[in-house]
Amino acid sequence: MPKPKMAFNWASSCGGCEIAIFELGTKLVDVSKKVDIVFWPAIFDYKYSDLEAMPDKSIDVTFFNGAIQNSENEHMARLLREKSKLLVAFGACAHSGGIPALANTTTRDQIFTSSYKDTPTTDNPEKVLPQTRVQVKEGELTIPEFYNTVKTLDQTVDVDYYVPGCPPVGEQVSKVIDQFVAGDLPPKGSVLGASQKSLCHECKRTKTNRKISKIVRTFQTIPDPEKCMLEQGIICMGPATRGGCGAVCLDANMPCRGCYGPLPNVVDQGGKMLSALASIFDAESEEDIQKLADSVPDPIGTFYRFSLARSLMRRTKQ
Amino acid sequence: MVIGLSTRFEPKIVGFLCRWCAYTGADLAGTSRIKYPPNVTPIRVNCSGRVDPTFVLKALASGADGVLIAGCHPGDCHYTSGNVKTIRRFKLLQRMLNQFGVEKERVRLEWVSASEGERYARIVESMTKEIRSLGPLEWKTKVEA
Amino acid sequence: MRTVTINPVTRLEGHGKISIFLNDQGNVENAYFQVPELRGFEKFCEGRPVEEMPDITSRICGVCPEAHHIASTKALDAVFHVEPPPAAKKLRELLYSAFFVADHTTHFYVLAGPDFVMGSTAPKAERNILSVISKVGLEVGGSVIKHRSDALQAIAMIGGKRVHPSCGVPGGVSKPITEQERAKIEAIAESEVEFAKFTMKLFDDIVLKNKDYVSLITSEMYATETYYMGTVDDQNRVNFYDGKIRIVDPDGREFAKYPPSDYQQHIAEHVEPWTYLKYPYLKKVGWKGLVGGRSSGVYRATPLARLNVAEGMATPIAQAEYKRMYDTLGRKPIHSTLATHWARLVELIYAAERMLELSRDPEITTQNVRTIPKATPDEGVGAVEAPRGTLIHHYKTDEKGFVKSVNLIVGTTNNHAAISMSIKQAAEGLIKKGEVSDGILNMVEMAFRAYDPCYACATHTLPGQMPLNVQIYKHDGTLLHNLRRP
Repeated sequence: MPKPKMAFNWASSCGGCEIAIFELGTKLVDVSKKVDIVFWPAIFDYKYSDLEAMPDKSIDVTFFNGAIQNSENEHMARLLREKSKLLVAFGACAHSGGIPALANTTTRDQIFTSSYKDTPTTDNPEKVLPQTRVQVKEGELTIPEFYNTVKTLDQTVDVDYYVPGCPPVGEQVSKVIDQFVAGDLPPKGSVLGASQKSLCHECKRTKTNRKISKIVRTFQTIPDPEKCMLEQGIICMGPATRGGCGAVCLDANMPCRGCYGPLPNVVDQGGKMLSALASIFDAESEEDIQKLADSVPDPIGTFYRFSLARSLMRRTKQ
Repeated sequence: MVIGLSTRFEPKIVGFLCRWCAYTGADLAGTSRIKYPPNVTPIRVNCSGRVDPTFVLKALASGADGVLIAGCHPGDCHYTSGNVKTIRRFKLLQRMLNQFGVEKERVRLEWVSASEGERYARIVESMTKEIRSLGPLEWKTKVEA
Repeated sequence: MRTVTINPVTRLEGHGKISIFLNDQGNVENAYFQVPELRGFEKFCEGRPVEEMPDITSRICGVCPEAHHIASTKALDAVFHVEPPPAAKKLRELLYSAFFVADHTTHFYVLAGPDFVMGSTAPKAERNILSVISKVGLEVGGSVIKHRSDALQAIAMIGGKRVHPSCGVPGGVSKPITEQERAKIEAIAESEVEFAKFTMKLFDDIVLKNKDYVSLITSEMYATETYYMGTVDDQNRVNFYDGKIRIVDPDGREFAKYPPSDYQQHIAEHVEPWTYLKYPYLKKVGWKGLVGGRSSGVYRATPLARLNVAEGMATPIAQAEYKRMYDTLGRKPIHSTLATHWARLVELIYAAERMLELSRDPEITTQNVRTIPKATPDEGVGAVEAPRGTLIHHYKTDEKGFVKSVNLIVGTTNNHAAISMSIKQAAEGLIKKGEVSDGILNMVEMAFRAYDPCYACATHTLPGQMPLNVQIYKHDGTLLHNLRRP
């Protein structure tokens, strides 16, 4: 009986999800005895040509991390979709866009202009720019096309499962891999390795009367480590974020920034957080409400920190 | 005989109207036979406080050129303070819409009582005019570009 | 011309592609290292509250998030003109030392190790950590995994998370550690020191005692003469967390020494159209192309570079190993790229010793770890040594503390030119008469693996695509067309 085949790939990502797989520790050795890992550029030397040569649907499960930000990311998403029976969006970037999706607050052209005019160390009087095709003396060189709008994996290809988190925490990854090796899976489209409830349920801080009368930015105060962040005026994404991570950022006395993405049945994490935060404004008059609303720093960047691609509006106007 | 169709842009505005005041006011505009543009598609909600900011985002992302939220005047809310909650969410939503690049005129919060049929009509008229001059939002095309 | 492509490069962090052009004789005409990825941090961070930058820039890299997190936090100290209490600096450095232990261990065993343990031309399916573990045995393999994991546990005790920890604030860190946590970290550090020594011994046994590997390390093919850059303390000893940036020339003479805030006077970035990554070079020497030597501004910032610019290590066992390396290879600076693996292990030992030192520091459990800033934020530079090179975060904000502009010079970016040169050199040395095999191509890749590249880091930003510049050459090298679209 041939061993099931497993693959890992990274798109527009940081490598943290690879490290998250490594959190399996010695279990990875056990897993590698039960499955054949056939593609994993971080760790193994299989090249794209090896992948292209595989028959369709010959890989049992592929864990794909990273957002879709260039043509190579998209090509790999499509290729791995063809070659895999199951495709899993692993980590915040593949699931909801992650930090790379913050590029949806700007444009390819703006990024370029800033980099070539404004960064103080760039020395480029001839305004040379990277090109998708370049003719050099010896022949042609190509690099992928950079896209204007970052997409999630499921906005690009059909996805079977999601494992959220930036990155997904070790204990959860371990459970998820077990599920796949055992073939013990919930219905297609399920989110694995996370809770069905908001982070607040896991957070150990005491919640009494959640009302905010003044927004406090994290550099302005040392939070009381026992009390709910929101009650102290510090914006915390807990109410609008899926649990499963153990609320460890809160243990470090830092507020949640939403990396596990939206709760079940929520389409737009940022909209929900906006609603939750506004609902606890301790202000009655329009004037006071306006003041509080004006003091919220960077609504898009805070409420959609990890989920701008997986939102209703998806990007700012260009 | 084919009558020449106007090629003038007709804004599509989604209206969330509270059943106790604004929707009744809109009804009154109708029964009073007041003439006003037909550009608002009304959706009745029990209270303007029911309007989740996500509804507004969904409307805009799905092709609406504008969204109107209308409820009872402050102090008159059937549920006492539902409309205060609306103001809280709306003010913060306005800030976020501004960051998205959606013009302020496209999303409005108005108070319309059950007897203010005329007022409702004028609000719809002014909003339609403003958004017509802004042009279509066509949010989907902005995303795909 | 025949093209051989290695795509993607593997056993590193990030995406990369190598295009090798062979002439009619089947020898290497040129080899290009291209970085195909890009995300845009320098632009999309504009408008964000600056205090969020340590958390956001941490995601530049998931293998070295601590490097960005701490560099960013130090930049915040500068932006807010606030001085952290001494305990906070020590906690940051303790986290940082644990991070270096984890990262250098990962690189040696997981990324580079297979080339040495399994063999540089071993079959493709065997060149990976799992085969290494099979070969060295589960006890050793389990020990590698455990020591990595323990280092991350130490990080989580200070920063909450094991990957992308979050504790950096302007003026300090977000929380102190308890005596219980300190004791645990101390125990971990003691074990890491032993493990680092064990790793060095493994390197001795597998690599340094193997004549073939030694001749590979000292070969011309894998050697490049460049300037070197690293951070040193006031006694010119390697320091990862803080100090002045020192540059030495290919003969080892001090060329410059400056505080990180002066980096713009020394570094400029050149652009080529076939790669998204820019090429930093020394402004005062100038860009002369992808060449080495004293008159070229190409420099390296790697573990080897750091040891080359320093005059020693600040902890005893590392210092002894430092001396042994230079005595064995018989020169300073060392130009042999593969010796970077050795230098990395010297640093591993230092990181573990430093972790132990700091865990025993009486101030480390102080409860006061944060000064709240009072000044109006404006501009600041924060720098650290990332495992892969000197890392600089430079932010400008408005008076409310919202980011106006960002400039990042990242570890691996520093080495883009040198990596390209090393790859070309290796390709020229290895590929003759058109003979190409998987093993040979892997040996070409070994030229970059020594640098432990991190292309997620390097390509934080997007140069863009607008103006178009196309140069078309005939086969004999004459320029046929030079087309520009402004």
